[in-house]
Amino acid sequence: MPVSVDSSQIIFDALKKDCGVRLISALPETWLVHLIRMAEEDADVTLVRLAKEEEGVGISFGAHLAGVKSAMLMQNHGFLASINGIVSGAQLYRIPLLMLISYRGEFGERDPWQTEGGAVTEPLLEALRIPYLFLDDPEHVAQRIAKAQTLASSTNKPTALLLCRDLMWEEG
Amino acid sequence: MLRIDALKEIYAELEDCVVVTIMGAVAAELQSIGHRPNFFYLQHAMGLASSLGLGIALSRPGLQVVVFDGDGSLLMNLGGLTTLGRYRPRNLVHVVFDNESLLSVGGFPTATSTGSDLAGIAAAAGVPRTRAVKALDEFSAAFSEALAADELTTIVAKVEAVGPKAFVTDLGLLENRFQFQRYLESVSAERA
Repeated sequence: MPVSVDSSQIIFDALKKDCGVRLISALPETWLVHLIRMAEEDADVTLVRLAKEEEGVGISFGAHLAGVKSAMLMQNHGFLASINGIVSGAQLYRIPLLMLISYRGEFGERDPWQTEGGAVTEPLLEALRIPYLFLDDPEHVAQRIAKAQTLASSTNKPTALLLCRDLMWEEG
Repeated sequence: MLRIDALKEIYAELEDCVVVTIMGAVAAELQSIGHRPNFFYLQHAMGLASSLGLGIALSRPGLQVVVFDGDGSLLMNLGGLTTLGRYRPRNLVHVVFDNESLLSVGGFPTATSTGSDLAGIAAAAGVPRTRAVKALDEFSAAFSEALAADELTTIVAKVEAVGPKAFVTDLGLLENRFQFQRYLESVSAERA
């Protein structure tokens, strides 16, 4: 499976070392396999495996109030499944969420079942007024994750990073 | 059993707990008994109170967390029970007030009114201690035992489908949220 181990490691290191993330919630998806394994194997990080992504909003909500920095790993369809929690939980209560969303269904997608979600991901982020950046080059990953966390913290609102094919998938 | 009587019965025991409630009648009734800075009322995001409690419990293992859930809310996040059952935080007591209805939106019956058994579902999801209670003294005993048990417990308490006249209270949502966060910061020195 040509998911990039190197890019996954850069993302994980940025979350843990640069951003001080100590709790990560995740629902498995192909592009996230290495990231989830890294979180699982790291004794300093609590990995919470979810049944559905919206739970992660509640878990990060609680972690934030309890003083622990967290991040959420999900596919864009998981973001779609989380929207009520994001709006009537995190946005209503001004909770910073650091959401790392694998951007399936963008240019280069071969799986037909990912394409509708891909088409609505950015319009939905914009409709919800969630600031987002692309992670598509290992060179800027650490800086952009740190900036997303900083903005989430200063606004007390969610921010999103879209994990792109060029970063996560090595077949091109 | 009336939910407000159940809350009154255990109110004193909540003094040192971190309390998270769902929206609607539970939040309004607990506030009518007396708000405390260690109480947080999740006034929307239905279903996520148990997940929020899990996030606190995992982040701060030295604090005793109590979640007051409801049948309608829990039915929206049954998958979350499997996550609770997976991580089994010892410092979390999960109380479900089951009035078999969506009371605050007109009293429409939920699936517990036709036999869905939330305590059974919790046990099957992996919650190590579950209790189903109907009477006030049973509830009070089950709650005290759960606090002492040092093991994740879900208590499903059947209550009557009656609640307060109004659900909006004087406590602002953000006022509650920031006060609660400050409370959690303030106890960090003494407890993990």
